Amino acid sequence: MISTTTEAAIRTYKDRLETYGLLSIKGIRKAFPGVLALDNVELRVRPGTVHALMGENGAGKSTLMKIIAGVYQPDAGEIRLRGEEVSLKSPLHALKMGISMIHQELALMNDMTVAENIWIRREPHNRIGLIDHGKMADMTSELFTRLNIDVEPGASVRDLTVAQKQMVEIARAVSHDSDVLIMDEPTSALTDREVDRLFTIIRDLKSRGLGIVYITHKMNELFEIADEFTVFRDGKYVATHLSTDVNRDDIIRMMVGRDITDMFPKVDCDIGETILEVENLTLPGVFHDISFKLRRGEILGIAGLVGSKRSNVAEALFGITPAASGDIRIDGQSVSIRSPQEAMAHGMAFLTEDRKESGCFLTLDCLANIQSALITQSHVHAGFVDEKEVTRLCSEMAQRLRVKTPDLYQTVENLSGGNQQKLLIARWLLTEPRILILDEPTRGIDVGAKSEIHRLISELAGTGVAVLMISSELPEVLGMSDRILVMHEGHVSGILERSEADQVKIMDLAAR
Amino acid sequence: MENSIGLSSPKRARRLPAEFNIFLVLIAISLTFEALGWIFQGQSFLANTQRLSIVILQVSVIGILAIGVTQVIISGGIDLSSGSVVGATAMISMSLAQVATARAVYPGLTDLPVIVPVLAGLAVGLVCGVINGALVAYARIPSFIATLGMMVTARGFAKWYTKGQPISFPTDSFAWLGAGLAPVWIFLVVAFIMHILLRYTRYGKFTYAIGANAHAARVTGINVERHLVKVYAVAGVLSALAGIVVAARGLTAQAGMGMSYELDAIAMAVIGGVSLSGGRGSVAGTMIGMVIFGIIISGFTFLRLDAYYQEMIKGLIIVAAVMADVYRQQKRKAHR
Repeated sequence: MISTTTEAAIRTYKDRLETYGLLSIKGIRKAFPGVLALDNVELRVRPGTVHALMGENGAGKSTLMKIIAGVYQPDAGEIRLRGEEVSLKSPLHALKMGISMIHQELALMNDMTVAENIWIRREPHNRIGLIDHGKMADMTSELFTRLNIDVEPGASVRDLTVAQKQMVEIARAVSHDSDVLIMDEPTSALTDREVDRLFTIIRDLKSRGLGIVYITHKMNELFEIADEFTVFRDGKYVATHLSTDVNRDDIIRMMVGRDITDMFPKVDCDIGETILEVENLTLPGVFHDISFKLRRGEILGIAGLVGSKRSNVAEALFGITPAASGDIRIDGQSVSIRSPQEAMAHGMAFLTEDRKESGCFLTLDCLANIQSALITQSHVHAGFVDEKEVTRLCSEMAQRLRVKTPDLYQTVENLSGGNQQKLLIARWLLTEPRILILDEPTRGIDVGAKSEIHRLISELAGTGVAVLMISSELPEVLGMSDRILVMHEGHVSGILERSEADQVKIMDLAAR
Repeated sequence: MENSIGLSSPKRARRLPAEFNIFLVLIAISLTFEALGWIFQGQSFLANTQRLSIVILQVSVIGILAIGVTQVIISGGIDLSSGSVVGATAMISMSLAQVATARAVYPGLTDLPVIVPVLAGLAVGLVCGVINGALVAYARIPSFIATLGMMVTARGFAKWYTKGQPISFPTDSFAWLGAGLAPVWIFLVVAFIMHILLRYTRYGKFTYAIGANAHAARVTGINVERHLVKVYAVAGVLSALAGIVVAARGLTAQAGMGMSYELDAIAMAVIGGVSLSGGRGSVAGTMIGMVIFGIIISGFTFLRLDAYYQEMIKGLIIVAAVMADVYRQQKRKAHR
């Protein structure tokens, strides 16, 4: 016999579920130093549905998912789970509250077995308190049968294919009996058949009443699996619709639909003869048959989604991870570039994508950061650096780029992202490159510094430097480039002239 | 909002050098012992030239290898083999520095000019250092493990060399290298050269760059592998120099010489502000760290503290210094 209070409680619970859905996010704000990643975003996931989250690179999807999974804490806003406001303090806390996340980068422990990975921290124990491996294997088999997954529970995770690992991650998430399952581009490494199997599993989970948040870049997936979708753009909420209500073009428009401001002062300049020619550059499993030409004074933009391997091509050109086959010609001469030193000897410079990871020497001062590339090549006599001359050059370059710092002896970790980026650009400009490769030159820096960097790139092209610019920001690519090369999953999917390029065409080539 | 940098030359803003705080710690510790001296011993701790010269002599020998270890730590690695290299070098150089009257290791090779044992010793250090460096840079073995292997191997070699027998009776010219204040002068010359090397040469700038961010250093066109071999080689040579001085000073070489010197050297560097995560530190810092280390040890002797306590306290100092380093790193991260 259910008491009236319990009945009332159930009724309120149902009401709340009705009002708020399974998971409801409102007014979430999250800032990182120098960037506002999320600004007042919302999301509402109903039980028994797949809710796709769409948006360009950097729209804030992954940040929001990390907030929902307890990895980041929001600066403001509310998260409601089954109608009740919650504050998720850690991934473990989120997991206990019924939220599981399948990460884009797989988070399995390679040296443990499949079963151990799934039941970690929850291993069944036998009478004397040791882990009962037999029972654990049985539990795994049971789970896999239910989900129709064909993986050996005792296999070592290291020996699995990427798709199998993906399945194990999904099984692990399901095994927690979570109500909300977050999938961050789960199909990026799967074949069509594997995708089909994944979708079968997702539909099964849906029928059990789970709410699934599904991040994807792929349009066809959206229409196949999602019931509803929400679009983010530049960290802001754009719209939520039923996926049956819209078509592909509508969504692309929602994703990119902003005006191109005249933030990017591209100066037209004379384009000279071809300086760099790349033919059929291939690194098996990463990128294939990359061919293009780059001319003096030209800015060639490279667009593409995350995972299109744009950065890998740049790293191959600069000799960090050389390509396996293909031809690189500079001034018509076939060259072999096996190390950054060799690339620099050919007049190349490479501003890497990740400032902190592969750019800055954070513990060192500005001077040391700016001069590092220069002194590998010149201004050294008998081992001694020509301090006076190098300091003069560095300080001139820092002034030219308007680096804001009290003096050049300031430790770089104390500077803003924009100033760090300017220092790195200064580092490469001092080597007087003929070919400048820029990978996300304005990522994570504020608007003012951004337009200064754009002005600078444009100026450099004006002096005859050939620029290869990878960027995930379509307005930047469109505003700056003379031509735009679009990549999709390690292949060149098209090269557009400035006059014919627009956001929709680029997204079309990039998303396929 | 910060100002854009000035128009003239990049004037250094008034800022205290990073070593200043450690220097304050040194003064605080010295004054503490001074006060304790008057309270418990009724005499001054500092105003005693004999005691001070013993402190300085003690730390100078280990200081020579601490300078080498400092630049390894700045490059982002660690060298645990330095103490054992001291032992191996002491044995080899002494075996080539004996006078004819003794029961020499090499009866045909006695009374050689001092340059022979010195060069042979330094060559041993160079070989050990190059092996360390190659293992770290090319075989990509973590420096902790690579140099741990060298630590055990070099110590084993030192014992095997004379089957555990000590080697004695060096020539006068060899003994001179360790006599009186010679170790202090040798240390000061080494420290000065390393200071110049780290600050004004490409060698130093590459070392800091690699320690700060090895990946970025590679992208910037530095041949990281080749440079690391040089760094470990220099450390090996300096350990060998310390080994020669130790042997010359003791007028005898034993396989156990330099035992646990590597830990003292690392402690001196870390106390002196050299960060175990690389890219931060200086010769000046290590020198202050050395003096702090020496003062604490001799201070406890002065207070007639049992030698067993001293060892335990030494352990605490090392842990405390590393904790301070970790704490500084965390504070920086939080600040970012």
